[in-house]
Amino acid sequence: MWKFMLRRLSYAVVAIFVISLVSFAVIQLPPGDYVTDMINRMRLAGGKLDPEFEQRMREVYGFDQPMIVQYAKWMSNILTRGEFGYSFVYKRDAGEMIMERLPTTAVMVLGAVMLTWSIALPLGVYAAVHKYSILDYGAGFIGFFGLAVPSFILAIIVLYFTYRAFGRATIGLFSPEYVDAPWSLAKLLDLLRNMWVPALLAAVTGIGALTQTMRANLLDELNKPYVNTARAKGLSESRLLWKYPVRHALNPFVSTIGWLLPALVAGDVIISIVLNLPTAGSMLYAALLQQDQYVAAGFILLLSTLTVIGTLISDLLLAWLDPRIRLS
Amino acid sequence: MATLAPGLETTPPAEVQEAQRSAEVASQWKLMWWKFRKDKLAVVGSVVVLFFYTMAAFAEFFAPKSPEFFNPQYVFAPPQPVYFFLDGRWDPFVYGLKFERDPVSLKKTWSIDYNTRIPWGFFVKGEPYKILGLIPGDTHLFGPKNPKDPFYLLGADKSGRDMLSRIIHAARISLTVGLVGVFLSLIIGVTIGGISGLLGGVVDVVIQRIIEIVNSVPSLPLMMALAAVVPPGTPPVQVYVVITIILALLSWTGMARVVRGRFLALREEDFILAARLDGASRSRLIFRHMVPSFLSHIIASITISIPYMILSETGLSFLGIGLRPPVVSWGVMLRDSQQIATVVNYPWLLLPAAAVVIFVLAMNFLGNGLRDAADPYAN
Repeated sequence: MWKFMLRRLSYAVVAIFVISLVSFAVIQLPPGDYVTDMINRMRLAGGKLDPEFEQRMREVYGFDQPMIVQYAKWMSNILTRGEFGYSFVYKRDAGEMIMERLPTTAVMVLGAVMLTWSIALPLGVYAAVHKYSILDYGAGFIGFFGLAVPSFILAIIVLYFTYRAFGRATIGLFSPEYVDAPWSLAKLLDLLRNMWVPALLAAVTGIGALTQTMRANLLDELNKPYVNTARAKGLSESRLLWKYPVRHALNPFVSTIGWLLPALVAGDVIISIVLNLPTAGSMLYAALLQQDQYVAAGFILLLSTLTVIGTLISDLLLAWLDPRIRLS
Repeated sequence: MATLAPGLETTPPAEVQEAQRSAEVASQWKLMWWKFRKDKLAVVGSVVVLFFYTMAAFAEFFAPKSPEFFNPQYVFAPPQPVYFFLDGRWDPFVYGLKFERDPVSLKKTWSIDYNTRIPWGFFVKGEPYKILGLIPGDTHLFGPKNPKDPFYLLGADKSGRDMLSRIIHAARISLTVGLVGVFLSLIIGVTIGGISGLLGGVVDVVIQRIIEIVNSVPSLPLMMALAAVVPPGTPPVQVYVVITIILALLSWTGMARVVRGRFLALREEDFILAARLDGASRSRLIFRHMVPSFLSHIIASITISIPYMILSETGLSFLGIGLRPPVVSWGVMLRDSQQIATVVNYPWLLLPAAAVVIFVLAMNFLGNGLRDAADPYAN
């Protein structure tokens, strides 16, 4: 088990390293940098600029050095001091800005995972046991629609109806008194009360897919001889179901968190842009549009890291549940 | 047969025997077709998909107007209900539109004008066009008999352009993004998956790790970052190419996994061993024996990834970092509905989403049917 954990952990570290390289490189791709942008704006404002000024600004920001040096500096600052650089647009510490938004995203994604599981699991079991019942067809329907309707469209439709019903088109994450408050238990509880609509929107795709996975897995298990044996021994139907086949069918369920997490993060990003939620998505979007490179790179790095860690946890959980995996 | 008591077992009727005999000698593709045909949803899906692609190819003929045709008089005109019969006679028409101006806000409020009737018909003459820039014509499948009459079956957008015509024309871009993107990811996926499955060993392990890493990256933020890199003012064709490449770069892993899995499974098959013992060269082994037997799986996974591409393009364009006007795609059209106030007043601006949903549903049904049929020897 230790060997397995160590191996998985090293994969995760490599993955995060590669992601950090890629995210930094991608942010550097656009022609020009923040200084070009700034100079252009100053020119438009009518100022006379000395070419030396531009050069000096580049040196101040470190843009005159090769990318690999910039990357090394960025990474070492993150690792040694936890500094993510500087937001050129907001003139603030990028790390601070990211940390303001990231907990909300983490709570929302976690909430969406919980929601996905707590709906998909019982629904999938029910659909498998009551094959071809109305609920089974209903679950299949949700599954197909969840895959076909983009989450931002769902978000717009929900906004449309909240507007129709309440005359306002805002779905906030916090009650007014908590919006600017620092993080506290009360604020967290307030978030939990308010976030279920966006979390559900982000979860719809996953719920559909996972219900179908659960149903298919359980149907496979139900046909196996050990189920007959248990039944022949006189086990009650519900005890039999939950004790053996469901437990077996759960295995692939845990492993799906590997794709569920990236999907939920993506869902959260686009939904938070549409609903203008104070989570990572809307800020990442703004940072990308404004070439605020350290904020954008930091977000991509941290979102990906969270995903990799989530996947790692699910892998370890799976290995713990199923000895066949850790021994293979 | 299993339900019958042993003594009652009879020989099956002649036609059943016939079917059984032909099943024994039928080719793999024939078996697949038989299996596919049984899946009603998949058959319906394939009809819908075919319809969409035909519409996209001949958009100029199917759409009553060109995507650029605008009439500032009919900005945000609502959909006109369609009528086919007048007094029990075949005489298709729609009612006209009239508006009142709010004296304070000067906002137009549209309503249906039941006093004017606008006749329309099939195969009417309208704006001249060239299908795909090649085939000239001026006949439209349907449209107003007098080309100057307002004809907005699905309403008009902010410039008074016909939503229906634009949705039909947008299909061309949205659907080909899926096709081209899938084709690119197919090339990457088959190459890398093939190498991984064929060579095995260290190469396989390394490639598998790379795939795991690519899969664990939340694709949307990365896609957004890559798409935001495209500078504004880039010609539309280049944006289109870049967006499809981005989509392909982040979605080849599924294809690679399928190919690798097939290669690994096939390596152990008896007929491959037989061919190898027979002295077949490596390339002959791959292209003559292995590829034909997993081609169906590849086709199935292509169909499964097209919807993903289309949804991604729609999302990116909706956010304004994918395709940009003057290109007309479903996502670009949906960008107009980013402001909730607009959607509340003019809900028909959301209709391109309906096109996306219908097409993706149909494609998913088709893909599932193909996937189940891809392995006709199972069960």
